[in-house]
Amino acid sequence: MSDDGGAGEPLSGDQKREIAVWFLANAPAGEIHYVAKDVRALLGDDAAYEAAAAEAYPEYNKTQLVSLELPDRSGDIIITTYGELDRNNYLDPRTAQVATVDHVKQTCTKLRPAADEELPSGYIEEFRNAIDYEVSKYVGEAYPKGVSAVYCTNGKDVEGPGADFALAVVISAARRSPQNFCNGSWRSVWTLEFSYAFQLVEIKGKIQVGAHYFEEGNVQLDTDVDRKDSTILQSPEDTGHTVATIIRHQESEYFSSLEESYLNLSDATFKDLRRKLPVTRTLFPWHNTHAISLTRDLAKELGIGK
Amino acid sequence: MEPAMDLMRRMPPGSTETALNALLSLLPDHSLDLLSQVDLPLQVCMDKENNKEYILCEYNRDADSYRSPWSNIYEPPLEDGTVPSEEMRNLEVEANEVFSVYRDQYYEGGISSVYIWEDEDESFIACFLIKKDGQGKRGYMQIGSWDAIHVIQVGPEEEGAAHYCLNSTVMLSLTTDNKQSGTFNLSGSIRRQMSMTLAVADGHLVNMGKMIEEMEGKLRNSLDQVYFGKTREMVCTLRPSPEVLSMRVPDS
Repeated sequence: MSDDGGAGEPLSGDQKREIAVWFLANAPAGEIHYVAKDVRALLGDDAAYEAAAAEAYPEYNKTQLVSLELPDRSGDIIITTYGELDRNNYLDPRTAQVATVDHVKQTCTKLRPAADEELPSGYIEEFRNAIDYEVSKYVGEAYPKGVSAVYCTNGKDVEGPGADFALAVVISAARRSPQNFCNGSWRSVWTLEFSYAFQLVEIKGKIQVGAHYFEEGNVQLDTDVDRKDSTILQSPEDTGHTVATIIRHQESEYFSSLEESYLNLSDATFKDLRRKLPVTRTLFPWHNTHAISLTRDLAKELGIGK
Repeated sequence: MEPAMDLMRRMPPGSTETALNALLSLLPDHSLDLLSQVDLPLQVCMDKENNKEYILCEYNRDADSYRSPWSNIYEPPLEDGTVPSEEMRNLEVEANEVFSVYRDQYYEGGISSVYIWEDEDESFIACFLIKKDGQGKRGYMQIGSWDAIHVIQVGPEEEGAAHYCLNSTVMLSLTTDNKQSGTFNLSGSIRRQMSMTLAVADGHLVNMGKMIEEMEGKLRNSLDQVYFGKTREMVCTLRPSPEVLSMRVPDS
């Protein structure tokens, strides 16, 4: 954002909007509404606020992989660029429906069946569906509040073996516990590149975990990692099974490494900054500090060192 | 001010400065309040005469210069920069000396500075600062920083005792980074207050030092057990470990 230290100069509506966008975009998982309320009160300029919200909310919802309940309660839709048809319309590949989204209210307002050209070919759909089935089974087991979706990101019109295509698996789990001053989210995106020539599926994942605790303070965990794996191209069912197994393995390995980071933190990392007790293992001898000063005075008098 | 302070406890701790600047431009009339209630990571400067670093804060600033606690001289040089009274300066010199030893015992490195000023009615204010950053000698940490600010108001001496009011902030950031576990960053700040009336027989420095030591212990413990513990708990709520899941099965 612009840094015009022009103190005294009242901010223009545009500058206010820019500041508001920055605050909204930096809201921790599940907290954008609270941030919005504060920002709105601080701006005192509803037009600038509305403009900022219209700009920041869609980006925030997509970055945070916010999930919204479908109007017919048939499930949740994840807000992600992979399913984005236009600004307010998102594809839910599992139910083959398109939901109209109110970004600022974070709700779905309308639902319609997806048109044929918005959906992948039958051949791709077999793979997509098989992976979706296995991954959602895994997500249901591993994440109490998790949702997942599988999108075709390339080659959706491929009609049969012989051409490359790509899918993306999106997993999102969020917890909001404002009464306990705590919120958090787990997001992972796995891209699957199906190569016909090599009979191979290249798997690349990015996992991001965030947590915020703010009772009488503000402490945030922010992690991310890139992972890679691959498997041979098999039938849709077998591919679905293998891909879900790989994701499960990668994610539980990452979860263990987070646990390990926390253990190291208390035992070692934190100690590198400040020890619990001095090297002497006793509290600092404040009563003897006169001695320290005396030594110094003495040293000064005798002209020893500094 | 209320929405501003609520925002400050939600924004990423690493972006405190940007957030504060944004608030300052939105609320120019509250700049004093904001600057006193929002703490920023500490900056340091080199005392060339003593070849020793010192920490910058509002308590050693005059115009755009900062006074070194080691030489009592402003940098950049300031002709008529305000300095503490002789009595306060003596206490300041001693406090810096002793606090350096304290800092070295707990932090095994880092920089510390103490600034002391007389306040109204025979009371005074002492500001103890510690900055520690770097990789850490144990090698687990790639980037880490700990900034502590302790401001103590010491009331006038009455019947051999004085009232001490301590306001402390610790700002902390820990990052580990490796191929297997990626980037792991935990950061944040907490602020606490502590008041005591203590006998001055042993001198102000002993009393202030003990309060700071107790406070730093509490803050470190809170960060370690409560704050880090809570974020860890959150991660385990998002994705319970397999043992927890299998234990839950009979209930569902």
